Amino acid sequence: MDEVDRMLVNRLQDGIDVVERPFAPVAAELGIPEAEVCGRLQRLVDEGWLSRFGPMIDAAALGGAFTLAALRVPAHEFERVAALVNAHPEVAHNYRREHPFNMWFVVASERAEGIGEVLAAIERETGCRAIDLPKQREYFLRLKLDAGAAR
Amino acid sequence: MTVAELERTGLDAVDRRILVATQGGLPLVPRPYHAVAERLGLAPEDVMRRMRRLLDRGAIRRVAAVPNHYALGFRANGMSVWDVDDTRVDELGATVGALAFVSHCYRRPRVLPDWPYNLFAMVHAPTRLEVAERVATIAELLGDAARSYDILFSTAILKKSGMRLGEG
Repeated sequence: MDEVDRMLVNRLQDGIDVVERPFAPVAAELGIPEAEVCGRLQRLVDEGWLSRFGPMIDAAALGGAFTLAALRVPAHEFERVAALVNAHPEVAHNYRREHPFNMWFVVASERAEGIGEVLAAIERETGCRAIDLPKQREYFLRLKLDAGAAR
Repeated sequence: MTVAELERTGLDAVDRRILVATQGGLPLVPRPYHAVAERLGLAPEDVMRRMRRLLDRGAIRRVAAVPNHYALGFRANGMSVWDVDDTRVDELGATVGALAFVSHCYRRPRVLPDWPYNLFAMVHAPTRLEVAERVATIAELLGDAARSYDILFSTAILKKSGMRLGEG
């Protein structure tokens, strides 16, 4: 990553407008052609600095149902339980965390009833009781990292 | 997509096709919406008009670069969780959520006695020490309204598939 890449990452986390040539303003700002902005973004995605570049979709607005759930998994059972949980296609993310509740995952379903069904299946399969912590309110959403920290 | 689903979401089949076609990323070319339109056999103006409408409604939060925290040097990820007075959680949640180093901030239910925390604030930083420093800033801000808190550091990503719309 060079200085221009870092500026692009910082500048483009806030989003671009939906217009015919959305990269023109940032290209003008940085004094480089639009094609170079696009080429650099493609490289940043290909090299893994960016997960992607595109619309950040609020899946809940599309009618889906979501929750965050956690399990207290005995250490010696961890691998087995992780495999059982991850096998559910409705499990989108799953993180191991340092806490008695050591497995945290997001469940997404196109149907509201789907959430309870998946959690019940996970409890049955793993023998661990799940705590179900659906979002009640979101206070803000931004993901603005200072790419200056990148090495 | 069923009629009930359309009524609930306000999205029609064309909106959904546009979202499915772009959720993995926009074509990185100077006229990306034209490229999407061409792929879907739609008019570019129609694609842009629909995407603006999805933005206005919040179905699309923004069209932006999605950084990979880990690659960018933010190696530590701490989920800070707080037991905050119910009468003050919304007011304080908004303040915590507005902090630049808080990437997501949510109110969630307590599950007593196992889980006493109702406010979640995700903090990313280059190191655990820096996460802890940022969490201390939140603690100061919440003051007496927070009865207790904890930081849950992540030690492994077990699955990260993202939430994808089906093609159906």
